[in-house]
Amino acid sequence: LKAASNIFSHIDWLLLGLYALLIVFGWFNIYSVGYEPVFNQGACHLSDNAGKQLLWITTTLFIFFGSLFFEARFYQSLAYFFYAFSMLLLLGTLIWGVSIGGHRAWFPWGGQPSEVAKLACVMAIARYVDGSNVQFTRLRPQLVLLGFILLPVVIIALQGDVGSSLVFGAFVVVFYREGLSPWLLLVGIFIGTISIMTLLIPHIYLIVGTISFALISTGVVRRTPKKIVLVVLITLGTLALIEGFHLFVEKVLKPHQQSRIRALVDPNIDPLGIGWNVTQSKIAIGSGGLWGKGFLQGSQTKYGFVPEQSTDFIFCTIGEEYGWIGVLLVISTFLGLMSRILYISERQRLRFARVYGYGIASILFFHFAINIGMTIGLVPVIGIPLPFISYGGSSLCSFSLMLFILLKFDAERKNYCSWRQASSLDQFN
Amino acid sequence: VLFHRGHIIHIVFILVGLVLLAKLFFIQVLSDEYKIAAERNIIQPVVEYPYRGVIYDRNGGFLAYNVPIYDLMVIPKEVKHLDSLAFCQNFGISLETFNSAFKKAKAYSCVKPSVFIKNVSQETWAKIQDYVAEYPGFFVQARTVRKYPTLMLANTLGYVGEIGSQQLAADTSHYYKQGDMIGISGLEKSYEKVLRGERGVKYQVRDAQGIAKGSFKGGVFDRASIPGEDLKTTIDAALQMYGEQLMKNKIGSIVAMVPQTGEILALISSPAYDPNLLTGKDFSNHFATLERDALAPLFHRPIMAMYPPGSIFKLHQALIALQEKVICTGTSYTCDKKLLNCHAHTSPLNLHKAIKYSCNPYFYHVFRKIVNQKVSNDSYEDTRLGLEKWCGYLKRFGLGAKLGIDLPGEKSGYVPDAQFYDRCYGKRGWKASTIRSLDIGQGELLVTPLQMANFAATVANRGYYCTPYLVSQIGEQSVLPKEAERHEVAIDRAHFEFITHAMQEVVEGGTAWRTRIEGVVVCAKTGTVENPHGEDHSVCIAFAPRDNPQIALSVYVENAGWGARASASIAGLLIEKYLNGVVSRFRLQDYVLKGDFLH
Repeated sequence: LKAASNIFSHIDWLLLGLYALLIVFGWFNIYSVGYEPVFNQGACHLSDNAGKQLLWITTTLFIFFGSLFFEARFYQSLAYFFYAFSMLLLLGTLIWGVSIGGHRAWFPWGGQPSEVAKLACVMAIARYVDGSNVQFTRLRPQLVLLGFILLPVVIIALQGDVGSSLVFGAFVVVFYREGLSPWLLLVGIFIGTISIMTLLIPHIYLIVGTISFALISTGVVRRTPKKIVLVVLITLGTLALIEGFHLFVEKVLKPHQQSRIRALVDPNIDPLGIGWNVTQSKIAIGSGGLWGKGFLQGSQTKYGFVPEQSTDFIFCTIGEEYGWIGVLLVISTFLGLMSRILYISERQRLRFARVYGYGIASILFFHFAINIGMTIGLVPVIGIPLPFISYGGSSLCSFSLMLFILLKFDAERKNYCSWRQASSLDQFN
Repeated sequence: VLFHRGHIIHIVFILVGLVLLAKLFFIQVLSDEYKIAAERNIIQPVVEYPYRGVIYDRNGGFLAYNVPIYDLMVIPKEVKHLDSLAFCQNFGISLETFNSAFKKAKAYSCVKPSVFIKNVSQETWAKIQDYVAEYPGFFVQARTVRKYPTLMLANTLGYVGEIGSQQLAADTSHYYKQGDMIGISGLEKSYEKVLRGERGVKYQVRDAQGIAKGSFKGGVFDRASIPGEDLKTTIDAALQMYGEQLMKNKIGSIVAMVPQTGEILALISSPAYDPNLLTGKDFSNHFATLERDALAPLFHRPIMAMYPPGSIFKLHQALIALQEKVICTGTSYTCDKKLLNCHAHTSPLNLHKAIKYSCNPYFYHVFRKIVNQKVSNDSYEDTRLGLEKWCGYLKRFGLGAKLGIDLPGEKSGYVPDAQFYDRCYGKRGWKASTIRSLDIGQGELLVTPLQMANFAATVANRGYYCTPYLVSQIGEQSVLPKEAERHEVAIDRAHFEFITHAMQEVVEGGTAWRTRIEGVVVCAKTGTVENPHGEDHSVCIAFAPRDNPQIALSVYVENAGWGARASASIAGLLIEKYLNGVVSRFRLQDYVLKGDFLH
């Protein structure tokens, strides 16, 4: 009740300001993409993307006020419920979903539950970590948390939206912060590298290479039985990984997903499809130069030649119309926003709030790095939006709500004390 | 531990951001590869205007088609090394025109094409086409304008003009752009959607010098323009032409239709104008002249002018009274000239003779009988009930509402009902004697010439009409079934048969004798519409032949006095023209063309 009287007190205005900056800038870009000099006036109507996005931005205002109205603890207590609910929504898309762009990720009446699932998953993880005083060196919490993540990943992958399911991999950042061993991370990176190499190199060469590497390393080092066993195990594991991943790409993935993943390595593999997108995208960004061509003046990003221009490839328009200076400003704003989230997370006394903060920071970071990376050919084209900028109601609303809940926890942080402080107070009593 | 894990994460975030920025710096600032690729990639959309649909008459003759014209376009940014004096000489324009046009184009956009010289004719184009290539930044865009080869049917065909800003704002489909042509009136307006077709676009690749290098990606993104669909109308060009000739130097209208189907054969509005005045370069001058004209040539009289029906309305009254059984064919009244002024004829007389001689006092009694059927003892209430019944009949005749012809701007006419008289005189403030001017079709009652032609068709059909229409075919598609709805007027066929014979008598021995044609049984009724502003209007409706009607029409000639003279003559000539193909009564034709009907 006391919160309702001054819901704006202790709000972190810097974070909110950076957020608003991205939203407004994003809208102008969507408008620019929709501006079509031949077939319409380019005015803002509710029927075109810019008009609809304006409605969504208005919606986030309501979400903002609505989310500040509840006490922070409310979100914490609802975390599991929210998680269960969003998993049901995800399952619902498998039954009632309609296919847009090859993904069965949408409800026929609009809405993409996979966007909400990210938020729900962050909350569930934070709740679990907070509740049981978990230690990441133990196997049980590791498995539970893996379960929390794998459930949405599997459902979303079943929808055909592999890109969105990969986002959940970003949570390793949170676990690392909360005490996961860096060795596990290194193993993960090793697996990732091997997987990418299976795409690059014919897998026969890879197998031969692995075996010869194993033979050479056993020849170089001093042979003890323990070391030999270790090398054999690692070699077998690597071979299994190579063959498994190869089978996964060939047999499990759909042709358009395969081509997306392959085009990462070599954009020329499919010059008229995904590779052509990346080439066009790079030309558009490159043609922007240092200062850009100016608002609405982009010629490469008009006429709809690059598909998904206002969603996944919105960054091309920024690059073309505002140049490197504009790109610098946008990336700096994003880094500022994420740094601020990390800073805010560290000053939380509740473990829930800190884990939550790291969770959304890592999700935003993943989207940011992958989306921009794919438009300049650094990472494969997996269709995930640029937060706050890309066109789309579900992603805008869920990313906004993520931030607003963190703002709320931050505003109330002085009302709570951590378990450590609480126990130290106990000592004095 | 060297760093807190939070800091390590923070550093990784920032490093990744820096990697992205570095790669972007390489792509955008250091490397020329992408800028060159982009220049190779300059894609210019060239709009392809669709071919507007052609309009034919019922025999396949042209009523409207397209002729090509050319616009000289300019992209200011691409104009280089221009010797404006030489340019002006080559293109035959003055330096002032050049400067103002160039300024205007620059104000619109430096990179987008805008019109530099509008509507260059084919002859001028032939002269200048060699020069255009020498001037970078200038190119020619071909368009078409309308041509109306028959020079007639102006208001029905309508005209095409540049879309106005209000229309542009009201266009929710976002199809139209500034400078687009759109049908503004007539068929050009009501069938705009099918006539206009769909604009196309060609994406042209240009190199860094702005020279076209062919179509972009082999044209996979091009959209061909879809030509508009042709319209086949029900208009009989020969009849229309003859009617317009007869209506020269007169004000008024003619509507001729096929009674059984509602097909409009001729739709004449006089004074007319040459529809070609409203195409091409001098559109605005001509339009202003036509709009200022006191005789309002742009006013489409057959569907927009509203007059009291006059004596023709006696037929309606007779039909209603017979159906209501308040009189029978033998009912006789004396021609009491104290009640209403009348002509010289025998008295007393029955219904047949009353129609033949158009006896005014007789229909005073008929209307009385209709509205006062003694249903109620209260004479006010009784009149009210009677009038409501009467209104119901008129509505079924298609009066007081738009008939729904496929033209914009149709007027509904007016049938005064009980509420109307309540407003005028107050409730219980009026009865039969108050509204007695309705009995011979004067007073507040208003009809359009189209509604009267439709009435002639209704009588010809002995009790039904089909919604009148002009377009029978869109492209290959016949549009008949929906348009030609059949409306029954719910009056017995026998009563129509009786009226038909009376109308035949009007021709053979009554006021419409000028309509008589050798060997054809014509049925007609004339009317003289009182005009408080000047001479009375001359009106006639007719159909022929009596037993297998092929044409029904209404003729209105304003300020021409008796219906028996101007209108009946014109009606007769048109029927003869339509049924026989030629007119043999040259004296009557001369009488009409001379046009001195008042003496």
